[in-house]
Amino acid sequence: MPDSQAVIDRKDLGAMFALLAEEGYQPVAPRVHDGAVLYAPVSGPDDLPKGIGDEEEGGHYRLTERGDAKLFGHTKPVQGLKAHLYPARQKLWSAERAGHGFRIVKDQDPAPRYAFIGVRACELSAMLIQDKVFEGGPYADKGYAERRRNCFLVVVTCDHAGAACFCASQQTGPDVSEGYDLKLAEIIDGGRHVFLAEAGSEKGRALLDRLPRQAASEADLKAASDQRQAAAAGQKRAMISGVAELLAAQLESRHWEDVAKRCMSCGNCTMVCPTCFCSTMEDATDLSGLKAERTRKWDSCFSIDYSYIHGGSVRNSGASRYRQWMTHKLSHWVKQFGVSGCVGCGRCIIWCPVGIDITAEAKAILKGA
Amino acid sequence: MSAALQQADPMDVRPFRIEKIRKELSDVFTMELVPEGGGSFAFKPGQFNMIYSFGAGEVPISISGDPADPSKLIHTIRRVGAATEAIGNLSEGMAVGIRGPFGNPWPVEEVFGSDLVILAGGLGLAPLRPAIYMALAHRQRFGKVVLLYGSRSPSEILFPKELEKWRGRFDTKVRVTVDRAEPGWSGHVGVVTKLVKGAGFDPLHTVAFVCGPEIMMRYGIQALEDSGIDRTGIYVSMERNMKCGIGLCGHCQWGAPFVCKDGPVFRFDEVADAFKVREL
Amino acid sequence: MVQVDNLGRILEEHPFAQGLDPALKDVMIGCAANERFEAGQFLFREGGEAKKFYLVRSGVVAVEVHAPGRQALTVETIDDGGVLGWSWLVAPYKWTFDARAQTLVRALSFDATCLMRKMESDPVLGYQVMKRFVPVMAHRLHAARMQMFDLYGPAKKG
Repeated sequence: MPDSQAVIDRKDLGAMFALLAEEGYQPVAPRVHDGAVLYAPVSGPDDLPKGIGDEEEGGHYRLTERGDAKLFGHTKPVQGLKAHLYPARQKLWSAERAGHGFRIVKDQDPAPRYAFIGVRACELSAMLIQDKVFEGGPYADKGYAERRRNCFLVVVTCDHAGAACFCASQQTGPDVSEGYDLKLAEIIDGGRHVFLAEAGSEKGRALLDRLPRQAASEADLKAASDQRQAAAAGQKRAMISGVAELLAAQLESRHWEDVAKRCMSCGNCTMVCPTCFCSTMEDATDLSGLKAERTRKWDSCFSIDYSYIHGGSVRNSGASRYRQWMTHKLSHWVKQFGVSGCVGCGRCIIWCPVGIDITAEAKAILKGA
Repeated sequence: MSAALQQADPMDVRPFRIEKIRKELSDVFTMELVPEGGGSFAFKPGQFNMIYSFGAGEVPISISGDPADPSKLIHTIRRVGAATEAIGNLSEGMAVGIRGPFGNPWPVEEVFGSDLVILAGGLGLAPLRPAIYMALAHRQRFGKVVLLYGSRSPSEILFPKELEKWRGRFDTKVRVTVDRAEPGWSGHVGVVTKLVKGAGFDPLHTVAFVCGPEIMMRYGIQALEDSGIDRTGIYVSMERNMKCGIGLCGHCQWGAPFVCKDGPVFRFDEVADAFKVREL
Repeated sequence: MVQVDNLGRILEEHPFAQGLDPALKDVMIGCAANERFEAGQFLFREGGEAKKFYLVRSGVVAVEVHAPGRQALTVETIDDGGVLGWSWLVAPYKWTFDARAQTLVRALSFDATCLMRKMESDPVLGYQVMKRFVPVMAHRLHAARMQMFDLYGPAKKG
């Protein structure tokens, strides 16, 4: 039974930020930085990318002026939220020499409490997938689990699709039905600028109860529904169905060589992918040699070192590395975690310097099968 | 944070003191470790640890000791890279960091009642040694026990004294072959796969544990299958790059399986296809 | 013909004869002899005329190369159930290695001239013998290549 919906006026949105801050959350929301929209700490709605849209394509991304006052009129920030939940560089511990041996010192800061505001459906789906990766197995990542438990999620549904979006075909959007605390749809109708709100958790309900709000009208519900439909219908890309089985059977497809001719093995796709979780460890000592530190860093299956075993790398060819990434994302992931690793956000397409399109590569492999 | 909680995090390194170092081959050594501050280390045959050398890095290494003796942890290591060199340069009394034990073991107890063939190549004998100890400790629970071992040359045979000891048992068949003979060697010469024929096990009731370089395992498995052992009765131990050992870093993926948490020991029929794919 | 009966039984026990037609087995027995070599004794020497081949019944035969100033190097050992020697099939019919008994060796030997004559006149026999020798040669080639890989060492640094 879905929660009853309420309407929050644009001028009252600041109260939501204030209440969250009051509860000890650091609000993190889309904001413009260096010509891009990204998730960053904000103090209130004034920091949001008002009237900013974006255009995206393979290897292409630009901000645009929408000509309206929408705060969430862009499609998705350039990176997802994994950097906040699983930092790109994280010190795990330090060690100091003690006698002939050493002693481990754990000096971690307490996990931050983030309120993520403006989370897209694909983003939330990615988070639910990473929950399975980091918390669903025999061993959990404690840091991720703690950050995740601490966070407050305000989803904002999309009103249109980006050119690279294909969440509809991955069933990860544009609507979401679980996993959020609060769901908003931003509606501008002439001079009226409101957010249709629906709580998805106790925390969300409690917050909504404290906000100035009115009852939602039929027209508001219809406007939100129209937006979701437009966001689904506007998607120009789609992942082919049955791709998991297809790729599992096409490990020897000749098409991998074809992709390899274009792929530069730069690893951008893995960095911007909101579900890619690979990491490596860096061990180092200070100059005195008395103190050591272990740092965990994001890693990419596109690097040669990634598959190194004594004397050589298992995946030497670009073809094998691209295959690893794509088959893992779309096929092996299903066997490992019960879901696809792709949420259809299309970031890997946008940030690929040569515009390799995972949906097109899947089609090409199907064609060659 | 309490000590118990810290211990619970699989990313936490536990210091172990190096009690003894024994040189096995020119580039291979065995270390006997005990936990700093006391305690024991229980593990199952075939499991591995992540071994850390202060500031120099961490590597996955199989345990080569006796699972019946948790008082000391034994690893046999080849110097092949920066991390193993750093570990190899430590001396007795110094410490390494240990995370583990991780991974799925050789199913020694699960295959009681069958003939057991252990097929090892080179350093692949080290991860199998705990299984051999365990099988011989429960010798009466098996039919025939056959150990087939291939090495590059006589001087590179790992654990020669133990091989001789095992061969001296009346209830265990040990066959050793080398690729390159040296003067004075009067044993078998030739690839390890040829030891399979005539090893005298009952293929319909035999389980085989295979460990060695990947090419050797591929051909070894072929020979075992040719002899009539079903692929569901063959187990292999795999090696891949590992950074975490617990399925979170992604490095050890071999198709869908993570070698660290779904392996390193796999039943061959579950990974037979993966063996065929290059650069997987 | 007690002796021939014995040889027949010995041949039957050897993996080489598996699936061989009894009539052909008898033809082969006509060229066979039972032999025994003490440890250290040579079965044949490199360069010698290859007039025989051996089915090893028990013991270990070392196939060796010798070089001046060096001890003989064993390239392969052949034991129970193995087939030793294929040079009798390939011109110029000279042994390419030494073969020395490493232990007491019992083997069935076959006279190449005798068997070759029968194979020439009986292509079915000829085919059956070749069919058993080709895999032996293929396996040896395969084994030699695997020995070349240097399987057990750490991968060479690139």
